[in-house]
Amino acid sequence: MPAPPCTSCHAARAALRRPHSGHALCGACFCATFEAEVLHTVLAGRLLPPGAVVAVGASGGKDSTVLAHVLRELAPRLDISLQLVAVDEGIGGYRDAALAAVRRQAARWELPLTIVAYADLFGGWTMDAVARSTAGSGRSRSCCTFCGVLRRRALEEGARLVGATHIVTGHNADDMAETVLMNFLRGDTGRLARGGGLGSPGEGGALPRCRPLQFASQKEVVLYAHFRRLDYFSEECVYAPEAFRGHARDLLKLLEAARPSAVLDLVHSAERLALAPAALPPRPGACSRCGALASRALCQACALLDGLNRGRPRLAIGKGRRGLDEEGAPRDRARPPASEAIPAF
Amino acid sequence: MAAPLSVEVEFGGGAELLFDGVKKHQVTLPEQEEPWDIRNLLVWIKKNLLKERPELFIQGDSVRPGILVLINDADWELLGELDYQLQDKDSVLFISTLHGG
Repeated sequence: MPAPPCTSCHAARAALRRPHSGHALCGACFCATFEAEVLHTVLAGRLLPPGAVVAVGASGGKDSTVLAHVLRELAPRLDISLQLVAVDEGIGGYRDAALAAVRRQAARWELPLTIVAYADLFGGWTMDAVARSTAGSGRSRSCCTFCGVLRRRALEEGARLVGATHIVTGHNADDMAETVLMNFLRGDTGRLARGGGLGSPGEGGALPRCRPLQFASQKEVVLYAHFRRLDYFSEECVYAPEAFRGHARDLLKLLEAARPSAVLDLVHSAERLALAPAALPPRPGACSRCGALASRALCQACALLDGLNRGRPRLAIGKGRRGLDEEGAPRDRARPPASEAIPAF
Repeated sequence: MAAPLSVEVEFGGGAELLFDGVKKHQVTLPEQEEPWDIRNLLVWIKKNLLKERPELFIQGDSVRPGILVLINDADWELLGELDYQLQDKDSVLFISTLHGG
């Protein structure tokens, strides 16, 4: 039983069925369509204006590999320049191999690469050191919470270092749908309200961020890498199996099997979600230490580092975070726990 | 009777980690009563190739959701999935989408 013909060119045999539309496309038509859709996402959302210096959060994994490759193809049409920024979290054995993949990509694509390390940015704290300090708490899944917050900060610092005007990350539709599910399951209305849209415009002095692959499914990202023969790093982080995200991912995969459009439908649901006025999160203020956006006295990154330095790493997570508000929070509203493995861009 | 088949089985995207890190396997599927399809290829893989944590590769009688299957470089969803009947010299590629990001 051969594959049916491509519904686009009608010449070649189809190589995949697209999850959302069900269209059967050959490899060449699929890759061209994928690139055109990313271009459309960027143009329609006005995500990257002409002249932008774009820092691509590069982890060596499939998503950022595909993102960097596609943006490099589109860069002349968008009139943007690209900088790869990788973060060394200090995870022995895992990150070293991933960074080697990023270096190979930078060399092959002739893109400038800058690597920023947690240890340098955060007073000597590596993720391995954070993990050791939180392991005794009996909830080591919080590693991903720390890492997600610190990586966001590190990418911001790296992007500033290279003079970037914009930051892009490789989050795909499945990542976004998992996040929507997790926020629902935790009743995290603040994150649900902020989660829609294609990124953040850059409030509080932060660089604007966006996710050009937000409407691309995981399957399509992986198959794009396959058909374009992109070399990427695909090992699971040693700390990730503990994370709540894994459960959301399993649930999403079951939903997708029953209803292939479930992933994109969830992403769109979050975009259209409106919160009742009483559930709206408070307008964020500024972190008293670093000036970044914060809904409390300290932003999340400063709060986590503060807890680590005080030998009470759990303080900044979940209900324990109230302990950090002794300095006088601008507003006092309980936040649900934030344990989540944020996919490495 | 189905004659023995020579098939290339490949793992990628991190799935190879469950197979001692070996990506490409040239395998010979023995003669058997029924034709070889993907359903009984998975049983054979589980018995003969899978080294650890089988639940990360196989769930029920199929692959774990999130593992893509390409038969001769085409999506198995276009080819009947578990019911696809293997031919001699076919190549079957399993790519995990679940690793890293």
